[in-house]
Amino acid sequence: MTTNISGEKIRAFLLDNIVTIIFLGFVVFGFIVSDTFTPSSFTNDIISRFFRNGVLVLSLIIPIMAGLGLNFGIVVGALAGLLSIVFVRYHYALFPGIGGLLLCFAIATPIAILFGFLTGKLYNKTRGQEMVASLIVGFFAGGLYEIFLLFVVGGIIPVTRGHRMINPVAEGVRPVGIRSSFEMGLPAGEMTGRGFQNEIPGMARALNNLWRIEFIYALAVVSLAVFAFLVIRRIYMKKNPAVLSKLNEPLWSFCLKIAVCGAILAFAIFSSGQIYYWYNELQNHPYITRLDLLPGISNFVVEISRVDRVPVVTGMVIAAVGLFIVYFSKTKLGQDCRSVGQSQQIANVSGIDVDRTRIIATIISTVLAAWGMIIFLQDMGHVSTYTVHRNIGFFSVAAILVGGATAARASVKNAMVGLLLFHAMFIVSPAVGLFVFNDGNAGEYMRTFMVYGVIGVSLGLYVWKANKAIKDKERLDRPGVVSEAGD
Amino acid sequence: MTELAQERFSLLSLFKKIPFSTRVVGGLYLAVLVLGVVFGFSIATLISASLHFFGVWAIFALANVPSIQSGTGPNFALPIGIVNGLLAMVLVLAAGFTGIWFIIVSSVTALVFGSLSGYLYGRLMNAVKGSEMAIAPYTGFAITAAFGLVWLAIPINHPNMVFFLGDGLRHQIPLDYFGANFILAEFLYFEVFGLEVRTGELLVVFVACLLMYLFFRTKAGIAISAVGRNPLFAKATGINVDRSRVIANMMSTAIAAFGVIVYAQGFGFIQLYDFPMFMAFPAIAGILVGGASKQRANVTNVVVGTFVFQGLIAIVLPVFSRALAGTDVAGVVNQIRMVVQNGIILYALAQMSKGGK
Repeated sequence: MTTNISGEKIRAFLLDNIVTIIFLGFVVFGFIVSDTFTPSSFTNDIISRFFRNGVLVLSLIIPIMAGLGLNFGIVVGALAGLLSIVFVRYHYALFPGIGGLLLCFAIATPIAILFGFLTGKLYNKTRGQEMVASLIVGFFAGGLYEIFLLFVVGGIIPVTRGHRMINPVAEGVRPVGIRSSFEMGLPAGEMTGRGFQNEIPGMARALNNLWRIEFIYALAVVSLAVFAFLVIRRIYMKKNPAVLSKLNEPLWSFCLKIAVCGAILAFAIFSSGQIYYWYNELQNHPYITRLDLLPGISNFVVEISRVDRVPVVTGMVIAAVGLFIVYFSKTKLGQDCRSVGQSQQIANVSGIDVDRTRIIATIISTVLAAWGMIIFLQDMGHVSTYTVHRNIGFFSVAAILVGGATAARASVKNAMVGLLLFHAMFIVSPAVGLFVFNDGNAGEYMRTFMVYGVIGVSLGLYVWKANKAIKDKERLDRPGVVSEAGD
Repeated sequence: MTELAQERFSLLSLFKKIPFSTRVVGGLYLAVLVLGVVFGFSIATLISASLHFFGVWAIFALANVPSIQSGTGPNFALPIGIVNGLLAMVLVLAAGFTGIWFIIVSSVTALVFGSLSGYLYGRLMNAVKGSEMAIAPYTGFAITAAFGLVWLAIPINHPNMVFFLGDGLRHQIPLDYFGANFILAEFLYFEVFGLEVRTGELLVVFVACLLMYLFFRTKAGIAISAVGRNPLFAKATGINVDRSRVIANMMSTAIAAFGVIVYAQGFGFIQLYDFPMFMAFPAIAGILVGGASKQRANVTNVVVGTFVFQGLIAIVLPVFSRALAGTDVAGVVNQIRMVVQNGIILYALAQMSKGGK
């Protein structure tokens, strides 16, 4: 009997986490079959993608909370961010460097609020079909955005001939449209060499470069913070049994978390010490410019030193957005969102303005997506004007689903785990494609398949489970019709 | 006799009550048509272009009729049917069929493949009842991407089908090497006053529409409509709801598989890889422009909607390029299509929610 129950439990656990498990398996497989990754190159890829996409993925959480499902319409927010970047970058001489980037945030916010308001209105009109509506509204807004930048800019709004962002035209022809790609412009810190003397600093990596520290130091600090958080929470819960029962964290799970976190912390502190020592050592050897040329240095330290320095400010923005979401869910408005998400009828009866709550949730999501897009593009440093927004919705949604979220429940933790795992898949899939199909192009299709597959499978499983729960409930409610319901 | 009279009356009132979306897009179509004539196009040229687009797209729009009627909603997973049709064509070409035999054999194969995958897809749609439309698009996208791998790995070595370098099928396989381009388009082709009529294509569309019309007069067809209208009532009258929905989705997928054959011969080449990805949306927009709703779609919706919508897409480029000479309109035609098409779908979704309340 007990084995039966635990078997059931394992099955339920596997079913609940099937997507995460498949992804983990895929990444491990990719890592095994490929010989192109070194630990440092892999970490570099993951870290840069994590900071690039963090806010975009986080922007999905509040609509899920409010029962709107997966908001593919964050594309609309991304477009607001893009528009602000196009504007600021067009006036690059007026708004250089980080100031320009901050101006982007300032311009994008009101645009995103307006777009979010309209999108929210639309979701209220397409109640019950928000997820497909959000997909279509992304396409729709994308079309309008492209018409605006290809035709209205220049066609109606006059633009400067020969501007580096405007399509080049022959003499006597009216210049129309933004080019299909443009640069964000190198920031002051990266402009080295003679050619840059008259250049105006741009916005590429402007936020990231504000403050960077060694990856391993950052890892030490973050794991220390998580460790402290876990311990303090446990102590706090011991004192307040009511909270403990609410969280329902068994002792073994706590111990496991502490052990994993402690191991990472120990590793990070040890490696940080090594790195610190060897960088000091480098100072003592004036003729040696690189760490790996130092006598007596171990491969381990060299490998760790090859991991890029992490952008602290971007990380703080992601952390702030995450904390904001946690805080928001505890406010009155956040509670309203949850009630609306659970049942619109009950929320309505208890005096919550359902439509207004849903619109606010959409606006917050859209604004976060606009900011996320600006952070994304400053990291990329290069804007593909007409294509860069297209996959934002799909990739972000797939990422949060891989992290274990469903269409009705998502947390900051899901977003973080999903970011790491999803992008790990992105990085290894060319290698898997090469190994399985012996073809360089296969990785691209495999990647696309994984993105859409994960969305389809997660959504499908979620709906299937919900339908099954309703059926089971009906069966329990009416024991007399069990035999009929069977066929 | 009275039933017949009633039917006539309802048809007449239907005719008088042109749906809003048809009026909007139809108005746009007429406006562009008039603009074209003002700027010196012959009306025959413009109508010919519209008819061409109508001929290749109508079957795709028709594929949505059974799925809408069964209550599954527009078939956003149309790419599943399309990749089946593509697979059928590729296999039949590799087997050495050319000309009219290519069309016949690949059509039969496509219908078989489409029915089989449609069965599985129908089962899936039954498992996710209530959220079909949210899940269908991603199913279609995922299958399209998976078939990207199939096209790369399929062991076909026909010199006119594979990449010049490396393995895998080409992105576009020209049908003229196989004498299979424009087979239907050139069948009984004629011109009157400059109006090019691709009789074969239109005939196929007509026959397909007629068969669909007749099917919804049969017992199975009526059962499907009943399931879409009210599943509980249908169940009470002894109709097997799940089975009807599976049949409808089989039909939908099989028709889409056939549709891509008409499409490919109409343009003269087979497109593989990413091509099916976003094919569902214009097709759905077509039938919705024609006035289809959440649970009701008929052949008239298909014919009117596809003609008006695809006709608009077909003539907007030549007309606007001439009307706004000197500006880069060619660059935004695709965007105009995106806005019109997705605007129509959004409008229809809003109507559905209103009806569902």
